Amino acid sequence: MHNKTLSELSAALKAGEFSSTELTQRYLSRIAEFDSQINAYITVSEKQALAAARAADVQIAAGTAGPLTGIPLAQKDIFCTQGVKTSCGSKMLDNFISPYNATVIEHFNQAGSVMLGKTNMDEFAMGSSNETSFYGAVKNPWNTDKVPGGSSGGSAAAVAARLAPASTGTDTGGSIRQPASLCGITGLKPTYGRVSRYGMIAFASSLDQAGPMTRTAEDAALMLNCMAGFDQRDSTSVEREVPDYTANLSDSLEGLTIGLPKEYFGEGLDASVGKAVEDAIAEYKKLGATVKEISLPNTHLAVPTYYVVAPAECSSNLSRFDGVRFGYRCDDPVDLEDLYKRSRGEGFGSEVKRRIMIGAYALSAGYYDAYYIKAQQMRQLISDDFKRAFEEVDVIMGPTAPETAFGIGDKSDDPITMYLSDIYTIAANLAGLPGMSVPAGFVNDMPVGLQIIGNYFDEARLLNVAHRYQQVTDWHQRAPAQFK
Amino acid sequence: MEWEVVIGLEIHAQLATKSKIFSGASTAYGAEPNTQACTVDLGLPGVLPVLNHEAVQMAIKFGLATNSAVAPRSIFARKNYFYPDLPKGYQISQMDLPIVGEGKLDIRLEDGSVKTVGITRAHLEEDAGKSLHEDFQGMTGIDLNRAGTPLLEIVSEPDMRSAKEAVAYMKKIHSIVTYIDICDGNMQEGSFRCDANVSVRPKGQEELGTRSELKNLNSFRFVERAINLEVQRQIEIIEDGGKVVQETRLYDADKNETRSMRSKEEANDYRYFPDPDLLPVEIDQETIEAVRATLPELPDAKQQRFTSEFGLSDYDAEVLTSSRQMADYFETVVKASGGEAKLSANWVSGDLTGSLNKDSKDIDESPVSAAMLGGMIKRIADNTISGKIAKQVFEAMWQGEGDADAVIESKGLKQVTDSGAIEKIVDEIIANNQAQVEQYRSGKDKVFGFFVGQVMKASQGKANPAQVNQMLKEKLKG
Repeated sequence: MHNKTLSELSAALKAGEFSSTELTQRYLSRIAEFDSQINAYITVSEKQALAAARAADVQIAAGTAGPLTGIPLAQKDIFCTQGVKTSCGSKMLDNFISPYNATVIEHFNQAGSVMLGKTNMDEFAMGSSNETSFYGAVKNPWNTDKVPGGSSGGSAAAVAARLAPASTGTDTGGSIRQPASLCGITGLKPTYGRVSRYGMIAFASSLDQAGPMTRTAEDAALMLNCMAGFDQRDSTSVEREVPDYTANLSDSLEGLTIGLPKEYFGEGLDASVGKAVEDAIAEYKKLGATVKEISLPNTHLAVPTYYVVAPAECSSNLSRFDGVRFGYRCDDPVDLEDLYKRSRGEGFGSEVKRRIMIGAYALSAGYYDAYYIKAQQMRQLISDDFKRAFEEVDVIMGPTAPETAFGIGDKSDDPITMYLSDIYTIAANLAGLPGMSVPAGFVNDMPVGLQIIGNYFDEARLLNVAHRYQQVTDWHQRAPAQFK
Repeated sequence: MEWEVVIGLEIHAQLATKSKIFSGASTAYGAEPNTQACTVDLGLPGVLPVLNHEAVQMAIKFGLATNSAVAPRSIFARKNYFYPDLPKGYQISQMDLPIVGEGKLDIRLEDGSVKTVGITRAHLEEDAGKSLHEDFQGMTGIDLNRAGTPLLEIVSEPDMRSAKEAVAYMKKIHSIVTYIDICDGNMQEGSFRCDANVSVRPKGQEELGTRSELKNLNSFRFVERAINLEVQRQIEIIEDGGKVVQETRLYDADKNETRSMRSKEEANDYRYFPDPDLLPVEIDQETIEAVRATLPELPDAKQQRFTSEFGLSDYDAEVLTSSRQMADYFETVVKASGGEAKLSANWVSGDLTGSLNKDSKDIDESPVSAAMLGGMIKRIADNTISGKIAKQVFEAMWQGEGDADAVIESKGLKQVTDSGAIEKIVDEIIANNQAQVEQYRSGKDKVFGFFVGQVMKASQGKANPAQVNQMLKEKLKG
C-alpha cells in the first residue's frame, strides 16, 4: 500500500481496497519503525491523523470524496497548524503551538486529506542540507551518511522513504527542488504568487513559495490543484484562475522547444550529473522536442544577489521572534535589552544568526544603496535574461543541483560552498518563475535531478513535460532498498 | 542678540477607519487590553498584512483638501526597531514614496495676516501598541489594541516662526482632518498628536540651527508651552557659550518641562526597505476624481462664504468655522431664526460656547439644539422677548425645560409691548420718585437710567426696552 503513488491511493480508497484509517495506520507504523533512521519528522500528529482519517472514511463511504480525501500527507514544519506544534526547525519555536492554520493547511483540510505530522527542515528554511535544524540533521534515505538537501529535507526524505505518499515544501532559493533532486523525488516550486504564503513562516517574503513534493508529476498536479489559488489574506498572491493541472499531463511534446543555458553546464557541474541530465535531454528529443542552446548571461549574479536579498528580508521577518509574545524566552532577563539579546542569542542557531547579521548590514545606513539597491538591480537583470529566453523556448532545462547528495558534515563549516549547492535553483526564485525537479538517473547510487524551469504561471506545461518523461523512464519509481 | 525660532511639525492623525490598516480588527477606543488584536496585529509567525483601502481613500482626501500632490504610486516600507509594543519588530510605514506629496496651507495669524505653510508630505503608517508601566510591579504590560491603527503622518516644512504659529498650523490641520471626516480629532485619546522640530538661529542667519525633536504633544496648549520652553532652553545654552545637541526630548506636562530621551548618536538605524508583503499602491485619476466628489466644503471656503453670505466679520467667520460641527450648527441656527445671522453668530460664539465650555460638552452634545436656539433668536427678532430675557430662556432650555416658545409661555416671559400697560408702570414710577424727577428736570441726565431700571424691574424685565425709553423721555419732559 505504501508503494502506491498518491493517485493510485486515491483510486484504491474510492474502490474500497482499504480505508483511509488503514492507510493512515500503515504510514504511522512505518514512521514509528523507520523514522529514527532518517529523522524526517519533527512532530507526528497521530491522534489528529486518525481522527481525520475516520472523517475521511465517512466521506468516502458517502461518495463525496475528492481526489485527496483520506490521503495521508506530511507538512513541512514551516506551515502553521492549529493545535500542532509549528517549530520551523528552530529552538525559538520549540514551544509554539499555532492558534491558526496556514491557508495551504486549510485547503488540505477542506479537501479531507490527513496530516501525518510535521517534517524536519533547516532552521527557518535557511540551509541546503537540513543540518541547521534544531531537531538534528535529516538523513538521506538512499544513504544515511548523506544529506537529503534542504531546506525541505524532511519532506523530501519522508516521501523517498515511503513515510508519506506526498508532502509539502517551500522554496526560497531551491528548498523544494534541491532536496527533491538529492532524494530522487519530484518537486515543484510554483510561480511566485500562485500559492498563498499566509501562515507559512516567512524567510524571504519576495522569494518564498510553497509547492508539492511527490513521487510523480501526476501527484504533484493533484497536490497543486489543492494548494494553488488567490488568497485575500496574502496581497502577493495572484488573482488568477487555477486550471486543472491534471488535464494536460499527457499532451504530446511534439514541437516543444527546450532551452539549455550554457551557463548551467559549465564549471562546477559534476560530470556524471551533467551526463545524466544530457541523457534525459536525449529522451526528450525522442519524445519530439527540439533543443536549443541559450544563454542566461547573468547567471553568475544569482547567488550573490540572493545572499543580499534573502538575508535582508529575513533580518526583518525574524524580528518578531523577540521573546515577548511567543516562542523562546531566556531565563531571568535583567532588563529589556537582556531579554532581547539572550532570547534571540539562545533561540536562534548560528546559520540564522549569520543571515540576520548579513541582512541587517546590507540594509544599514550607508550600505543600503551599495548592497540592497544594487541587488534589486541585479535581480532585474536576471529576470530579463529569462524574459528573453522565453521568447525563444518553451521550457529551460538543466541540472537541479551541481552534484548528488554530499556527506553530512562535509560542508557545514563552509557556508560559501554550501550556498553554491543552490547555484542553479536560485535564479528562478529571483525571477519568480516556476521550476521543477524530476528524478533523472543515479550517480554512484545517489539520485540526480533534472530541473525544468517554465514561464510565469506555466505550471501545467511543466507538469506535462515532467509527466511525459516519467511515462518513458522509471527513475521516479525506484525506492531506497531499506525503505521498500 | 535677536533670535529667530524655526519650527516644523509632524502631526499624527489617527484615521477614522472601522478596522485597522492591515487587519480586520476593530479600531474602537477603550476596549479591554488585547481584545482588539487579531493574529495579524499580534505579529504571529506566518501572518501577512492586507491594506485597508478605506485608509487609502482617506489619505487621498487629505491630499486633495490641502492642495497636495496625490502620488500615482506609493510604497510601504518597513521601519525596523525593537520595542515590546511593536509586535513585528518593524513598523509598516512609508519612506521614499509617500502617498501624499508637497502641498500648501494658509493659516491666519493673531494680527489677522495670512501665512502660507508648506506641507512636505503625508504618509500612511500603522500605530504601535501601548506599554503600560503602572499596575505591573517591576514589569511592563503590553496592550496591542492600538497596534495597527492607521495613522496619517503629516510633515510640515520648517516654516513656523513661533509657538503661536505652530499652534495655528496645528489647529488648521485639525480642522481640515475633522471637516473631511478622516479623523475624530480627539486629542485626549491620542487621535491627533504631534512632534515638533525646534531650532533657533540668530536673526538674519540663513543656516538652520541644531534642532531637537519634542515628542508627545497631545494638546494645543502643550504644543505652545513645550515649544516656548524649548526655545528658551536652546537660547540659554547658546548664550552661555554652549552648543545645542541634536536629540529627541520628551515633554512632561505634569512638570511642564522637556527632558532628553535620546541623542542623535543613540538614534536607531531603522534600516528602511520596501515591505515585500505589500504591493505598491497605485492610484489613478479616476479614483482621485471620485474621492474629490466626496469632499465637503472646506474651512477656508466656508469662512469666505460666511463673510459674504452672512456679512460676518473675518473673526466671527473664523470662530464659527473652526469645526464642521460648529459651522453646521450655526447655519441651522441662522435658518431657524429666519435669517438673523449676526444675532445667531453672537449667540453661538457667546452664550452657547460659554455654556458648552462650562459643562465640558461638545457642540453635538449640546442640550440646546440648533433648531431650538434659532427658534429663540426668532423670538428676539420679532420682539416677543428682549435680549436680556433671552438669557433666561436660554438657561431654561439648557436645563431641559423645553423650547423657547414653551419656556416663554410657561414662565410668562413674553415681552410687554402693550403701551397702555407700559404707561401704567411708567406713571407709577414717576409718581413714586419725585425727587429723581426733579433732578432729571434740573439737567441731571444720568438719572434717566434709574427710571429705565425701575420700570424694567417693575415689569420683571418684560417691558419692551425701546418703548420704555421713548415713553419715559416724553413723560419726564414734564
